[in-house]
Amino acid sequence: MAMVDVLERLGFTVEFRREQTCCAQPAFNSGYHTEARTVAAHFLDTFGDADTIVVPSGSCTSMITHHYAELFAGDAKRQQQVRELTPRVFEFSQFLVDVAQFDDLGASFPHKVTYHDSCHALRELGLKDAPRRLLGKVRGLELVEMGAAEECCGFGGLFSVKFAPISGAMARTKVESIVATGATHVVSVDSSCLMQLRGALARAGHRIETVHLAEVLASRG
Amino acid sequence: MRVPEAAIRKTLADANLQLAIYTNTGRFKENRSKAVAAEVLPEYQELRTRAAAIKRHTLDFLDVYLLQFESAVEAHGGKVIWASTGEEAADFILKLAKERAASLIVKSKSMTSEEIDLNERLAHHELEAVETDLGEYILQLAGQKPFHIVAPAIHMTRNDVADVFTEKLGIERDTVIENQAMTARRVLREKFLAAGIGVTGANFLAADAGAVVIVENEGNARLSHSAPPVHVAIAGIEKLIPRVRDLGVFLDLLGRSASGQALTSYTSIVSGPKRAGELDGPEEFYVVLLDAGRTKLLADKEKRESLQCIRCGACLNACPVYRKIGGHNYPWVYSGPIGKVITPQFQGRGKDPWLPFASSLCGACAEVCPVKIDIPGLLLQLRREAVAADPADRLLFRAWAWLMTRPAMYGMLARIGLRFSGVEMGPLAAWRAERDFPAVPEKSFRALWKERKK
Repeated sequence: MAMVDVLERLGFTVEFRREQTCCAQPAFNSGYHTEARTVAAHFLDTFGDADTIVVPSGSCTSMITHHYAELFAGDAKRQQQVRELTPRVFEFSQFLVDVAQFDDLGASFPHKVTYHDSCHALRELGLKDAPRRLLGKVRGLELVEMGAAEECCGFGGLFSVKFAPISGAMARTKVESIVATGATHVVSVDSSCLMQLRGALARAGHRIETVHLAEVLASRG
Repeated sequence: MRVPEAAIRKTLADANLQLAIYTNTGRFKENRSKAVAAEVLPEYQELRTRAAAIKRHTLDFLDVYLLQFESAVEAHGGKVIWASTGEEAADFILKLAKERAASLIVKSKSMTSEEIDLNERLAHHELEAVETDLGEYILQLAGQKPFHIVAPAIHMTRNDVADVFTEKLGIERDTVIENQAMTARRVLREKFLAAGIGVTGANFLAADAGAVVIVENEGNARLSHSAPPVHVAIAGIEKLIPRVRDLGVFLDLLGRSASGQALTSYTSIVSGPKRAGELDGPEEFYVVLLDAGRTKLLADKEKRESLQCIRCGACLNACPVYRKIGGHNYPWVYSGPIGKVITPQFQGRGKDPWLPFASSLCGACAEVCPVKIDIPGLLLQLRREAVAADPADRLLFRAWAWLMTRPAMYGMLARIGLRFSGVEMGPLAAWRAERDFPAVPEKSFRALWKERKK
């Protein structure tokens, strides 16, 4: 809801389509393309006529913009739909900075914060500066970079449960890096990373909070 | 093989080992970043693009370049041996050793020889092959396989090495690294002088010159190919590049990607045996070109790019999974992201079906690959093939797809499902074994949205 607050405050009309479900990444990443296609087709049909689609997740965004074309290889009709739709799909921070061209949203968040680069936002969408630029303009916010900012949190979808011990070990390394900054909050643009980090931070007994970038930008604290 | 979970857990629980892996790969990783930084190497991205293009081109015309390479080697008085299997490669060396009455072989570091278990095959016929790279030498004494493509003994501390030396060489325990290196040097000098054959790998094979290119830091490879009377280089057929002049691109990338070195200490370009009037070099020069599954990969256009790999090991150092589980939990000698990609292709998909799935698909490997292999893309492709052969989770995903195309049902089930998030079974139990599960919000987004729009 924080993302809706931010966007509406900027004057955009925000719609939520009750038909929406999932971008299809879980099946796609597990090798089940037929099932992924069914769900991706549902996404295309649900959002086909929207002006702009803003996604509060780097991972879902890159699934749509970087993998739909491959998923529908050989299906000319769907491929056409993908070509028409993907230029209008943006990750939240990408939309704010690159499309809407805002960086100061008048937010205030008087805390020491560290930013976790989610893998797909960073490496597939190339979003390194946009979220940091937005955080840089927030009143009272002190951004401290952690050593392992670009290292994976270990979530990886089904990887987190199929290879739980490895995923957990990766999360613990990340947690150490977060804790070393002395930050009170860790911010990211992907809820799945934040869920992994929140779980690992809590398990290790740390009181550091995980917050989505939208929550920081919506805050007037 | 199923996931070697017990072995993985053991590695994860070994604090010393964890520290060794994480710090050593971390150092390589950092050195690499510095060595390819825009201030130091502004043309880095261009070099990658060019290297990938050269490799792709060579693979597309490999038949032509292989034959060109063979003629060039022969023109310089060398000989090319075509080995379709590891066994054939080993048989050639065994036969050669018999003919030359050689009982000792010195070897420089070669993953290709590890891949075909060359030492074991030779030992089986009472032919001693001694590893001369310090790391490989330590591992040979310890009876271990390489832990890392580039730095084979990255997991061992100087204390571990001291133990191995004391036990196997019968010397007094010494934990000073310089002294350990001197010990190895003393032992190995004797071997270099006594060996009848020197076996090396090859980092590149230049087709136009018939040249074997070997990159190293210790000088042991140079001794291996120049001291004994016979030099045998073993190389996979994918090591070809068209011309010696293409080396500029690859040498700029290889050392930097591997260890952050602009150039390694020694680069040898060897073509043919000692010529008339030359003082150094072997009298005989052979290149064993190994297939061992490579032509099968070559025929697969979708995954052919796996053969572009120049074995720099950068993907291992960047990989958060490798940095946790280390090299010995992978089923074959090739570990890390590239190991996950090539092992199923070389050894057959059925053997270790879990391998392509043991990745969070974070993409750190592809980011550092000097020849731009799309490792995550290849893993996805391998996953697809794996589930086509064994669709274990198909029902689950069918049900999921059914639900995801019925939004009302999805909304309802999500509401109900969250109430059961306390259940201790299946994926939830796996999740909780490692971390906490988030508190369930009181109201769903859908409910909040409804209220907001009232």
